[in-house]
Amino acid sequence: MTQLLLFNAINGLIIGAFYVLMALGLSLILNLSGVINFAHGGFLVLGGYLAYALTPYVGFWGALLIAPLLTAGVGFVVERLMVRRVYGRDPLYGLLLTFGLAFILEDGTRSIWGAQGLPVSIPAVLARPLSSDFFFITGYRLFMVGTVAAAVFLLFALLRYTRVGIRIRAGTLDLDTVSALGINVRGLRSLNFAAGIFLAGLSGVLAGGQLGLEPTMGTGLLMPGFVAIIVGGVGSLPGTLLGGLLIGLASGVTAVFFPSASEAVIYILMAVVLMVRPHGLLGEEGLLT
Amino acid sequence: MNSRAGAARQAGTALLWAALLLAPYWLPWVGGYTALGARVLVLGLAAMSLNFLLGFTGVVSFGHAAYFGLGAYGAGLTLKLLAHSTPLALFFGTLAGGIAGALLGALIVHLRGVYFAMVTIAFGQVFYYIAFRWNSLTGGDDGLRGFARQPLHFAGYAIDILNNGHAFYYFVLVCFAVTVGVMALILRSPLGRTMLAIRENERRARFLGIPVERHIWVAFTLSCFFTSLAGALYAMVNNFADPMGLHWSLSGDLVIMAVMGGMRSFWGPLVGAAVFVVVQDFLSSITTNWMSFVGLLIVLVVLFFPRGLLGLAQRRGEA
Repeated sequence: MTQLLLFNAINGLIIGAFYVLMALGLSLILNLSGVINFAHGGFLVLGGYLAYALTPYVGFWGALLIAPLLTAGVGFVVERLMVRRVYGRDPLYGLLLTFGLAFILEDGTRSIWGAQGLPVSIPAVLARPLSSDFFFITGYRLFMVGTVAAAVFLLFALLRYTRVGIRIRAGTLDLDTVSALGINVRGLRSLNFAAGIFLAGLSGVLAGGQLGLEPTMGTGLLMPGFVAIIVGGVGSLPGTLLGGLLIGLASGVTAVFFPSASEAVIYILMAVVLMVRPHGLLGEEGLLT
Repeated sequence: MNSRAGAARQAGTALLWAALLLAPYWLPWVGGYTALGARVLVLGLAAMSLNFLLGFTGVVSFGHAAYFGLGAYGAGLTLKLLAHSTPLALFFGTLAGGIAGALLGALIVHLRGVYFAMVTIAFGQVFYYIAFRWNSLTGGDDGLRGFARQPLHFAGYAIDILNNGHAFYYFVLVCFAVTVGVMALILRSPLGRTMLAIRENERRARFLGIPVERHIWVAFTLSCFFTSLAGALYAMVNNFADPMGLHWSLSGDLVIMAVMGGMRSFWGPLVGAAVFVVVQDFLSSITTNWMSFVGLLIVLVVLFFPRGLLGLAQRRGEA
């Protein structure tokens, strides 16, 4: 029993790591632009399919880098053409716009690659279990966690030590002042949006290797991303990190006792957090509210 | 507003009611059918209920499918397990969604803007997972079947709304009329005026001593009650309730109906619902890529017609 619990807890944390990667992208965009990106799941799927299409030419490792970059490029263009027009308006319009984009992205991937699920081949090194005791920890899962950890580390380092990163963080707190200091806020937001979409694309490549690819998979994965942000606190990236791991752990542990509630439990966790701390675990009052 | 605009508005409302009353007779002429009329009415009612919150209180909820779906499942389960009575099914369906809305509303009224919207999205999805997973009760992914709306009995008379499509349409129309009547009365009452005040300037309303949170909670709860009544009716349109009635994509559909028709107008969401349902029906009959076109329509509305159809007409009337 203890062993089963431990297995599922670790498993949950691995899934949580995946949620973190996706939620961080959502969070970046939300913090600086005030747009809830409903199309994030669509971009995730696009990233996965692009990796599928690229693998024959550049191999898995090449696709792991190039597919998210291409997805980010698409995101950049979409931001320039459409998303930036809703900045500063009622959050309703950003939601609706990205809601429409999600339809287009899902239908687009379906038209190009078909409605049937596609398997993604991963390198043999990653496919085998690490040991017979921990049979469920395949090399791929460990690789997922490693990739997420590297991406998170890199993101936080960039935000902390580079000029652009510092500007993004400052813009999250007070965009008007940042703009008044002569910084090109429009460009900053485009770049930040593309960075968020890069993370979505990377999540897509990783998810494809684990679950296979389907045009509709993005919407199912999107909701835990929202929950992770709310649990951690809107406006706080470390909060998102914590929230993602927590909900992964919660659904993993619940799967032991009451498997059919493993999806609903994260919403119960969210309700409890909202009751105890209305602005999330690490959220601050007044930020983006 | 001058008296001419007022007269034009009254004429428009009269025209709308005439069109609704005669729908079973003119719909076939334009290629429609009575059941389509009932669907538009029900979705229009849901969109108007959402707009009670969205357009008149200024609070964004992107999770109203939850209450719509709860109404549908509540009505369906009542008919299937509890009693073969249409009014009871409507009552329990409405109660299910309304109470859920009241409870969740209490949790979130302190949040604002993006935060509020995001929490409504997330909470909107929890009932989807419950309906999806609780196979033995809800039928899971296949949806809830095995129930049917029942004939109405009034003092010895029976009205067969089950087999007679026209009778059912008029039954839905009566429910619709009563509900929007209540909505219009509330909007004219001090409560409704306070909601408008909060929409226009929340800070000023607060300084005037208005308990803003309590009013938002009341508006949210009422909106959920109305929406779940629409959901309960929807279960009877199809004699079927499925998890997609709880899915966030329906929440988005309801919002786009309200925006497309005109958020600032009372009847706008009904017009938006009619356009949206007809366009979706039409597109899905001519192309398999209808989702892209619906998505494109949404994007275009947001970028170029954020005031909606009736908003556009109103602006022209004022100019």
